[in-house]
Amino acid sequence: MLHADATPTAPSATRTPERALSPLGTELSGAALLWEALVREGVDVVFGYPGGAIMPAYDAMARYPVHHVLTRHEQGASHMADGYARASGKVGVCLATSGPGATNLVTGIATAMLDSVPMVCITGQVPSSVLGTDAFQETDITGVTLPITKHNYLVTKPEEVVPTLREAFYVARSGRPGPVVVDICKDAQQGKARLEWDDAPLCLPGYRPEHEPLPADLEEAVRMIEAAEKPLILAGHGIIEGDATAQLRAFVDATDIPVSQTLLGLGGFPGTHPKSLGMMGMHGEAWVNQAIQEADLLIALGMRFDDRVTGRLATYAPKAKKIHVELDPAEIDKNVKVDLPIVGDVRDVLNRLLPALTKTTREDWWAVLDAMKGDSAVRDIVSLPDEGHLYAAHVIHDLYRFTEGEALVVSDVGQHQMWEAQYYKHDTPRSLLTSGGLGTMGFALPAAMGARFACPDEEIWVVVGDGGFQMTACELSTCAQEGLEVKIAIINNGYLGMVRQWQEMFYGGRYVATPMASPDFVKLAEAHGLVGLRATTRAEVADVVAEARATRGTVVIDFRVEQEDNVYPMVPSGADLADMIQRPHEGGAHNPIFETGADEE
Amino acid sequence: MTGMDTTAPEADDRRTFVVHVEDRPGVLDRVASLFRRRARNIDSLHVGPTHEEGVSRMTIECRADASQAKRLEANLYKLVPVLRVDDVTTHERVQRVLALIKVAVGQTQRPEVLQLLEVFGARAVDVGTEMLVIEMTGRPSQVKRLAGVLEPYGIVELAQTGAVAMTRSVEKPELGRGKAA
Repeated sequence: MLHADATPTAPSATRTPERALSPLGTELSGAALLWEALVREGVDVVFGYPGGAIMPAYDAMARYPVHHVLTRHEQGASHMADGYARASGKVGVCLATSGPGATNLVTGIATAMLDSVPMVCITGQVPSSVLGTDAFQETDITGVTLPITKHNYLVTKPEEVVPTLREAFYVARSGRPGPVVVDICKDAQQGKARLEWDDAPLCLPGYRPEHEPLPADLEEAVRMIEAAEKPLILAGHGIIEGDATAQLRAFVDATDIPVSQTLLGLGGFPGTHPKSLGMMGMHGEAWVNQAIQEADLLIALGMRFDDRVTGRLATYAPKAKKIHVELDPAEIDKNVKVDLPIVGDVRDVLNRLLPALTKTTREDWWAVLDAMKGDSAVRDIVSLPDEGHLYAAHVIHDLYRFTEGEALVVSDVGQHQMWEAQYYKHDTPRSLLTSGGLGTMGFALPAAMGARFACPDEEIWVVVGDGGFQMTACELSTCAQEGLEVKIAIINNGYLGMVRQWQEMFYGGRYVATPMASPDFVKLAEAHGLVGLRATTRAEVADVVAEARATRGTVVIDFRVEQEDNVYPMVPSGADLADMIQRPHEGGAHNPIFETGADEE
Repeated sequence: MTGMDTTAPEADDRRTFVVHVEDRPGVLDRVASLFRRRARNIDSLHVGPTHEEGVSRMTIECRADASQAKRLEANLYKLVPVLRVDDVTTHERVQRVLALIKVAVGQTQRPEVLQLLEVFGARAVDVGTEMLVIEMTGRPSQVKRLAGVLEPYGIVELAQTGAVAMTRSVEKPELGRGKAA
């Protein structure tokens, strides 16, 4: 991951030789106590940016076995911690100073909140004696982040540092995970307290991360599954976060029930598995949405019926009874009224259901589904003529073929994100990282850098638009300084493509504020001492991908794709799932790629 | 306790939650924020200590239909310092507000006003040559009626607490872990 020739341009910090934990009972500064707690929580990498109110913590850091990644913007630090957490399943940690440092984390915190990502964000705060006086770089960050964190803390005394961090990690990772902010006053970092640590499990009186499914509900679920003729599984992020992929496969093997996935659920069930129908929702597969409307039973596992998944609620899955297995009771009946809610850990629930299920096959239902798929089941991108153009779907499909579906892909937000979800099949959990709930542009590059620390040996690809890339492109510099290796595929269409698509479809074709000029991305890479490549035709894709894969270190590829291509199929916002706009079956000015029935792959 | 003293289950969308929370800085903010972000008004709110160390008790009145109330309850439970949530709307309960009303009453009108207070079960808690401070505990409607009667004498100031609610159940509310709805 780190290459020898990537010597940091800045001098590295002078570090004292002993980098070890202190014995319990030692009197230490709050700053040192912070690292004592982090290391004991298993943290070995943090992403951050120093500043006045967090300087004591930074000063103490050098004595501890923790690698610090200096980002170019705190937003990058928050997405890196997020990417690390999504890729590893562990808690990601970022660090920032008070005021602007802390507020720059906000987008990353909200991103983690909406996608239930475990993260601990540590911010410096002005000394407790001047709290509330509008002191230099003072922002009420616990107030700011209150609605976008699972929980947050303001620490004003050194003796509160360790217990607060223990609680923060526990809250972040337990139950439905989420981000936790710990705001530590400068005087709490400077003051001294004795190091105390207790490994006993925490018990917070008002916190209930676990829920036990009721046996009667499990029995009812089995009855409903056995009575159903057209059942369908909706597999969400909970399958991945809850480590339930094996249980889901066993469940499908036993019941022969087709699986569709949410965007964040991709990889929780193998995308190439014959029982996988693909993604549901706004840009999901047409047959999946048809199947949802046709089904007589939906089994929702660790998902939350997001509006991008359901379309119009009034007409959603009108024929189906619904079972909702979900860890968070607040998600029950939130959007879709369900017939049988089962509040519990999805892995635990599936483990309890499995022995009660009788092995079944469902030929009739599969015949219906196969008929729905029909010709459109074949997205024969490979055999389509490029006629000198380069289509994003081609790029992503080729990337899938050349990496044999085994790369860890981090996508950004927009058209390319949907094409990635459609054309790159993910067979393993945590092999696609993307900002699904908040839809945060600029997420991909820093998140991929964070993922690199969780997966030192995996091939990592960033798939990003020209717009999103420029939001956090400053982190290329961090890539270079750290000697990190990620391959960046910029799907460059010169537009904010998804907004342009909506303008074309729903705003009379008025392209307001969506045409976007970009710098020369090849030169930008080179300016950072990185390799930059470009492809403008289909024929060049294989070569640039091969060259990027053969190159050590970060490579930026500028794919100059067709400018006005659209993502199909599409359920317009708030429309009935059955009313999908399909890709026209004939070539046209704006729809140059059309789907054929031929499968020559 | 007579039947007249208990509040009957309400037919409209008025809701009363009793929420036990840890007594710590910021807890009220978290609870209030949960209503605010849903553009939902808190009609009345009372927070105060309980007989248990470190535990505060809130009574929250708001408007919500049954399904909204269920989700408010579930989201209140998600707040880490929230120990217990009870939607007491459909429970037999005692629900009271406390009002202090300062009236500009001199010596001549005083006996007349004091007589009125007896009818309402209110009492004078401070007397001056030109004023009277009245304490009234009851339902908001009763306070409103008393205020209407006192209005002609000249109300200087009226302060009213949020409602405090208590069900008639003899079961002690469990505040420990794992008592989620």
